[in-house]
Amino acid sequence: MSAVEVSGLSKAFVLHNQGAARIGVLQDAALTVAPGECVALGGASGSGKSTLLRMLAGNYLATEGSIRVLGTELVGAPPRTIAALRRDRLGHVSQFLRVVPRVPARDVVADPLLALGCAPDEARARAEDLLARLNLPERLWSLSPTTFSGGEQQRVNVARGFVHPYPVLLLDEPTASLDGTNRDVVLSLIEAAKSRGAAVIGIFHDDVARDRVCDRVVDVAEYAPQAAA
Amino acid sequence: MTPLLEVSDLTVRYGTRIGCADVGFDLAPGEVLGVVGESGSGKTTMLRSVAGFVAPDAGRLHYAGRDLRTMAEPERRRLLRTDWAFVHQHARDGLRMGVSAGGNVGERLMAGGARHYGDIRATAADWLQRVEIDPARIDDRPAQFSGGMQQRLQIARALVTAPRLVLMDEPTGGLDVSVQARLLDLLRGLVREMGLAAIVVTHDIGVVRLLADRLMVMKDGRVVETGLTDQVLDDPQHGYTQLLVSSVLAA
Repeated sequence: MSAVEVSGLSKAFVLHNQGAARIGVLQDAALTVAPGECVALGGASGSGKSTLLRMLAGNYLATEGSIRVLGTELVGAPPRTIAALRRDRLGHVSQFLRVVPRVPARDVVADPLLALGCAPDEARARAEDLLARLNLPERLWSLSPTTFSGGEQQRVNVARGFVHPYPVLLLDEPTASLDGTNRDVVLSLIEAAKSRGAAVIGIFHDDVARDRVCDRVVDVAEYAPQAAA
Repeated sequence: MTPLLEVSDLTVRYGTRIGCADVGFDLAPGEVLGVVGESGSGKTTMLRSVAGFVAPDAGRLHYAGRDLRTMAEPERRRLLRTDWAFVHQHARDGLRMGVSAGGNVGERLMAGGARHYGDIRATAADWLQRVEIDPARIDDRPAQFSGGMQQRLQIARALVTAPRLVLMDEPTGGLDVSVQARLLDLLRGLVREMGLAAIVVTHDIGVVRLLADRLMVMKDGRVVETGLTDQVLDDPQHGYTQLLVSSVLAA
């Protein structure tokens, strides 16, 4: 059985305050990802990779079509269904770290585990373990990531996405602002996730990273909306 | 999940003017619902009507399976004293300014039936600490506190009875940004620890993004859009929400 199944998926943005301009981004997109497989979304910038990834995360609404994640239909699903899916099955490493200021990096990473009812000590220990693997200096663990550099924030974000063994993982340029050493750590985390059976879908601008972890590339540009005939 | 609070078709009229109309949502334990909209959008009227401060003209309001509109007054008041908490925008409206900090927290415990002075004082001191007020200031009056401290004291007073439902009206309004962050962090922790269900009414998009699981956007007394908070803010569907989101000034 596939972990993620996308079919007939379309997305258009309607800008109501700009003369109801309709901007089509994707049309009739399809994608199937099996457990243990890593698929890269390819295509030039503006081709809709991020839009597709965000729809898979439930962050953008689909205009039409179907997205099934582990059998659950996302399109038209009530918010609670998507929230429940995100809690324990659908992990997402975005490019943005949005956190309550003042919360220490350690707790930001432990947060998804606490939401799953994990004991606070264990959640923090697992968070620290991951932050150590990602070479985030220990003196930063008790500080809020809002003051961190781009690369440090990204590692906090990656740690947060890998702290729980989500069976489906969405990654938006997880190695973008990392040096070689840390890029290797992130790629081994992805490999480990694949070998435990996680389905991974990601955007990787870094060719070396993509070649190492991805089994295939889906060209999102193929799903660009066609001008009306 | 069984909802704790179920609201449908809630309508409040002020004479011929509409306060809020046909508002509906439900809320389960551990969920935070954010409500945004500009002043006059009906969000506060909706909240005050749920709290029982304003009688609705129509609609259904059920709490834990019971009809709030037909519930006997003493019972509804008992609910408000123990099971529910209301956090006002102005701490002065939720505090008794002539009573000590400890007294403010203890008073709500006593309203819930606590009688042992030592226990009440110890619980009050514990709660002051939880909201980051030095317990040594237990005998000071709120008037001697800063605005942020007053707001945290109001939250201690509201939550000391371990309510199941918390209704907040602009809880971070009028506070410095640094104090707001502290308060948000505190509220998030308490929601998780205590499994609270909460409604947060605010005009501050940043507050709901960090605090609310789901978001409801109101305009002219009506709900124009609802959904997961990040989805509504990142991919708003309604013209008004698009305007609201695009008008936020980036820090």
